[in-house]
Amino acid sequence: MSAAEVQLDAQGRLRHLIAIEGLPRSLLEEILDNAERFAPLGDRAVKKVPLLRGRTVANLFFEPSTRTRTTFDLAAKRLSADVLNINIEASSTKKGESLADTLRNLEAMQCDMFVVRHHISGAADFIARQVGPHISVINGGDGRHEHPTQGLLDAFTIRRHKKNFEHLTVAIVGDVAHSRVARSNIQALKILGVPDLRVVGPKTLIPAGVEALGVTVYDDLDEGIRGADVVIMLRLQQERMQSALLPSAHEYFREYGLTAQRLRLAAADAIVMHPGPINRGVEIDSAVADGMQSVILQQVTYGIAIRMAVMAMVMGNQALAGVH
Amino acid sequence: MSLQFDIQTLITQMATTLSHTLSQADITEPALIGVRTGGVWIAEKLSQLLTIPAPLGELNIAFYRDDFSRIGIHPTVAPSMLPFDVTDRDLVLVDDILYTGRTVRAAMNEIFDYGRPRSIHLVVLFDRGGRELPITAQVVGAHLNLQPGEHAKLTGPSPMHLEICRQRPVASAA
Repeated sequence: MSAAEVQLDAQGRLRHLIAIEGLPRSLLEEILDNAERFAPLGDRAVKKVPLLRGRTVANLFFEPSTRTRTTFDLAAKRLSADVLNINIEASSTKKGESLADTLRNLEAMQCDMFVVRHHISGAADFIARQVGPHISVINGGDGRHEHPTQGLLDAFTIRRHKKNFEHLTVAIVGDVAHSRVARSNIQALKILGVPDLRVVGPKTLIPAGVEALGVTVYDDLDEGIRGADVVIMLRLQQERMQSALLPSAHEYFREYGLTAQRLRLAAADAIVMHPGPINRGVEIDSAVADGMQSVILQQVTYGIAIRMAVMAMVMGNQALAGVH
Repeated sequence: MSLQFDIQTLITQMATTLSHTLSQADITEPALIGVRTGGVWIAEKLSQLLTIPAPLGELNIAFYRDDFSRIGIHPTVAPSMLPFDVTDRDLVLVDDILYTGRTVRAAMNEIFDYGRPRSIHLVVLFDRGGRELPITAQVVGAHLNLQPGEHAKLTGPSPMHLEICRQRPVASAA
């Protein structure tokens, strides 16, 4: 059974969110449309709505995260849910408790939703298959597999700036091979109909066979971003250099760092995105990260609306399925 | 089936009554808020008739409904938009059909998440009885006497038209 099957119920409604891959375009658009309705709440005096009052969301982070965890936390709180933030690395598993036992304990605490981040690909999918019917699982990033809410918030950011996806050229630049963000972005943007989707990076950081996903591969940054409407920069993780896939941060910046001068090769109204945290002077120059075309901080804000939309939908679908 | 109402005339009468009610309460600068979708159509007409300069607020109460645990997230189009500060304002809340009172309850909860208004008046085109909450409208266009099992829905915006059907209309607010 694929992730696509485990995350939809018999009526095709979203029950868990594990991966973008396999989701129908109509469902992605429904999530984006719902996020559009949650986005204005951030401008109000009271930013909360009572939709998930009385529900409990457990953030299970088996791997460190600041932005993703805090925005999931905020999203749940703005829906009036109660939130448990559990840093599993530092808790029970250290004492030898198995994952299955940790999950059973959380179920016994009558949680309604697990947000899972894990360093192993497939972890969220595995957990979704273990839990009872009254629990929904949302993948907050699993290994090199997917980070679906990031893919959705990036699509949301693009749609807000470019209105639709039909005529866009989007370049995803950097360490595509190790990036779950890149994988979710590629899936989301292909499903939403982006015609010209490019991945740009050194051959050592581009996964073999990625063309099969419908993208064009460039190993030259200038060529890769030429005429692009959207440039998505990926974080270069330091350990890639240690593992000898790259010579040095300095050299990487010279070849693949986005500077203001290079950005001029993209469309005049191109937007620059980055999932964060950014390495200034490694994959992106400060002048670009802080520049007029950067929408990096908007991505963070929109991430809250997307996560509210996903959480409200999976809980609402539980209600429709008669679980609550 | 449809009941024959001259909705344009009803709204004109409501504007007169509302104007009187507001002046009785010494309210000189009211702000109108329509409940989507029908309430917004009526609020637009009232705003023109009373030449109210303040922009019109629009409420989508989907996030405040009390039936989320039964029917999940409500599919609707546009989000709420209150283009003014509600704090210390005298508000006029406008809806098409007053029934159980649950929509008005949800609308008031949402308004209070924007701020603390000085007062709220409730204006409805039709009151069909059947209240489940202690809510009363200050201005009513007309009262409806419906048979058990009948449901009312306003279609529009131009012209506005009252439809009565045996089945509860899909996506109708309580």
